[in-house]
Amino acid sequence: AGQPHKRRRTSEPSEIEERLESLICRVGEKSNSSLESNLEGLAGVLEADLPNYKSKILRILCTVARLLPEKLTVYTTLVGLLNARNYNFGGEFVEAMIRQLKECLKVNMYNEAVHLVRFLSDLVNCHVIAAPSMVAMFENFVSVTQEEDVPQVRCDWYMFAFLSSLPWVGKELYEKKDAEMDRLLSQAESYLKRRQKIHVPMLQVWTADKPHPQEEYLDCLWSQIQKLKKDRWQERHILRPYLAFDSVLCEALQHNLPPFTPPPHTEDSVYPMPRVIFRMFDYTDDPEGPVMPGSHSVERFVIEENLHCIIKSHWKERKTCAAQLLSYPGNNKIPLNYHIVEVIFAELFQLPSPPHIEVMYTTLLIELCKLQPGSLPQVLAQATEMLYMRLDTMNTTCVDRFINWFSHHLSNFQFRWSWEDWSDCLTQDLEKPKPKFVREVLEKCMRLSYHQRIIDIVPASFSVLSPANPVCIYKYGDESNRSLPGYTVALCLTIAIKNKASNDEIFSILKDVPNPNQDDDDGEGFTFNPLKIEVFVQTLLHLAAKSFSHSFSALAKFHEVFKTLAESDEGKLHVLRVVYEVWKNHPQMIAVLVDKMIRTQIVDCAAVANWIFSSELAHDFTRFYIWEILHSTIRKMNKHVLKIHKELEETKARLARQHKRRDSDDDDDDDDRSTDREDGPLEEQIERLQEKVESAQSEQKNLFLVIFQRFIMLLTEHLVRCETGGIDVFTPWYKSCIERLQQIFLQHHQIIQQYMVTLENLLFTAELDHHILAVFQQFCALQA
Amino acid sequence: ASAGPGSAAMASGTLSILRSDSYAELSQYRDQHFRGTRYDQERLLRKSCTLYVGNLSFYTTEEQIHELFGKSGDIKKVIMGLDKVKKTACGFCFVEYYARGDAENAMRYINGTRLDDRIIRTDWDAGFKEGRQYGRGRSGGQVRDEYRQDYDAGRGGYGKTVQCQ
Repeated sequence: AGQPHKRRRTSEPSEIEERLESLICRVGEKSNSSLESNLEGLAGVLEADLPNYKSKILRILCTVARLLPEKLTVYTTLVGLLNARNYNFGGEFVEAMIRQLKECLKVNMYNEAVHLVRFLSDLVNCHVIAAPSMVAMFENFVSVTQEEDVPQVRCDWYMFAFLSSLPWVGKELYEKKDAEMDRLLSQAESYLKRRQKIHVPMLQVWTADKPHPQEEYLDCLWSQIQKLKKDRWQERHILRPYLAFDSVLCEALQHNLPPFTPPPHTEDSVYPMPRVIFRMFDYTDDPEGPVMPGSHSVERFVIEENLHCIIKSHWKERKTCAAQLLSYPGNNKIPLNYHIVEVIFAELFQLPSPPHIEVMYTTLLIELCKLQPGSLPQVLAQATEMLYMRLDTMNTTCVDRFINWFSHHLSNFQFRWSWEDWSDCLTQDLEKPKPKFVREVLEKCMRLSYHQRIIDIVPASFSVLSPANPVCIYKYGDESNRSLPGYTVALCLTIAIKNKASNDEIFSILKDVPNPNQDDDDGEGFTFNPLKIEVFVQTLLHLAAKSFSHSFSALAKFHEVFKTLAESDEGKLHVLRVVYEVWKNHPQMIAVLVDKMIRTQIVDCAAVANWIFSSELAHDFTRFYIWEILHSTIRKMNKHVLKIHKELEETKARLARQHKRRDSDDDDDDDDRSTDREDGPLEEQIERLQEKVESAQSEQKNLFLVIFQRFIMLLTEHLVRCETGGIDVFTPWYKSCIERLQQIFLQHHQIIQQYMVTLENLLFTAELDHHILAVFQQFCALQA
Repeated sequence: ASAGPGSAAMASGTLSILRSDSYAELSQYRDQHFRGTRYDQERLLRKSCTLYVGNLSFYTTEEQIHELFGKSGDIKKVIMGLDKVKKTACGFCFVEYYARGDAENAMRYINGTRLDDRIIRTDWDAGFKEGRQYGRGRSGGQVRDEYRQDYDAGRGGYGKTVQCQ
């Protein structure tokens, strides 16, 4: 609509492809006729187009099979109708799908490969593929579990691909080949019994099994398939348009799948990580509505798969995504709002990371509330209440995400909430999960508004949990502090800075500051003078306290002074300590200052890590903002390494292009010196960049080693203290700390994989307390 | 990958309905004060990491903006929009990210949601230049506050022309 009308002429090939793609992708949308009659019409159109556009149609259908799994049965029906009309086309499609499947497996696209396998298996229901040949393929899949010296995650994938297709095709395969299927299922059972599940605790959102066990994904699927088998493979949820065409389809000739050998495991193979199934609702949660399918029903599996696929398809378009979720078929037979909310929280809380950026889920839930204002907000409130109730056993990383989501959500609804319902947390120790959660939520709410607003929105009884007024603490501010060492210099500095002093003038004022470490001259002519740092940083930050921009300007203007004062490692650490002392009421300010200081190289990442584990910060160690700072620091380090690496690759590519150009030019050029000259600067650059990459990678590895080392020291101290004192190890602090260690592994797992040997030999050795070692072992099990 | 009908670049192909990204597209707005051609402006908009943010309350702080927009990625800079005469906040700002992808996510998920109880609007900006932090209305604030007829407590009450009546 609104596009200028094109002149009538012979259409371009790309236009035809677009039209075909649109017809296929939008079949059944916005139509008054039934889906079945739309499919019949489309099959006719495509059949007529086959002589001229067969390869385009093949490509589109294969892509749809791979990328629109939520519409699986719509497109298998379409292929079935086409096969009935054109047997050769059916054969070519099957061949193309097998080629695509092989390619996906080669390039580690395992999630999309599952959709292809499921599509192929549903083609059995459409009489395109003969059941025995599908069973044969599954036999090859299951035999992967017999392979030796392969990662468990490889066998897991082939098992998952087999089992997760059964909701669609189990009935048909069992009817045609029950003995073979029984054999496959018994092989599946024995594999599932013997596979190791060390990784499970690391991936569970809650550590408790009540009210809903957090099951490992293959275990859950197996229970669902067993139940399906017990129900004689009767499955009533999946929409199967092909049933309406049974008379046409059963006349069609079927194709046999070519024998499929799973590609062998290689060094480059990266299989999907195991998962834990997130469940928060059951049939008791919506007593008035339709009954929620049980956790081991195959309906539950199919609904969840399809809702996840819808989010994956439309994550960029929040309105479309919300509309597609809400128009999922079966609305009046299942409590759809509950399923949607559960699936969204499943993604938000997924470990190691959510599939999409966290803020997407907040906005998606808001869109859903807009579309269903009479029902969805209530489900969401119910969900929030349930999550709150179960905070005691919720993984710390998931609590972080809950805090971020809830505070951001409230900020869109005038912070309206029934806080009194949560008064139970007021009587608990402030370090316990529930009061801690409320404190962190209120702090985040304040960041999105302002201090007085938060005081106003909570009942007076909640004041003990309210955040501090984010004001700066200037130790030299009061006349009563004039006896403090450095007080007069601070006054001097204040006046100088207000009078737009230069860096040199600042240096000369600071020269007068005595050094409490007088005897610790490091011989290089420069000594670490904590008092100088204190006076300068306190004064400057106080003067620039008005806003982030003021503080950033101050850091930029006096960068030279900062660099000099913080030249040594101790200097860097002390700068961070003073920043904390000044701004401990304003964690957000601390975070942005630390970020700026890293980016302008006033402090380095290792200094930040050491500061976080220092005794001065012990009091704030379990606060959310500390971990935001640490993870942000690690991410900056990672991005830095990637950036230099990219520069190196680009320069290498430039050199290669230069060589290619020279080689393709005239060969009678004997002037070697001139060609060397051309290469020279680039080759030098590459050498320099190579060094830069190595040094950055070494800094990165060192950062992780420092962090792990400090964790081990801290946890060991606690464990020893508890053992000798005879007290229970499992304090709120300990739970938080050990889960923070897990979080490091999970959030940066790809990078840490590179250090496995060092970690095993240096840090996570057998002598380590088993509580700490278990975290490392669980991490190893993730890709084992 | 072996050649064959329809196998070209199969595993990496996509569908146009899945490519749809309407929230991250350019709007119809073009800065009339931009120095350069329409083409230059659009080229800059398409690779920009800077967003214009509008419909802010005059009381919304840089800190609040940083907190909200930080949810889509690391922020390089926030520049508050100022009344040209009073040099106080006049209800808009620029947010610059280090990476365009982060700015895109802000367009997808922060645009059209609330800050200080107001629905804020984000749009691509060709890049901050000195002087662009000032309102272009005759009274010093934004143009939209010159002629506004309604009462908006977060934006100085009535529009300027109404106030002068």
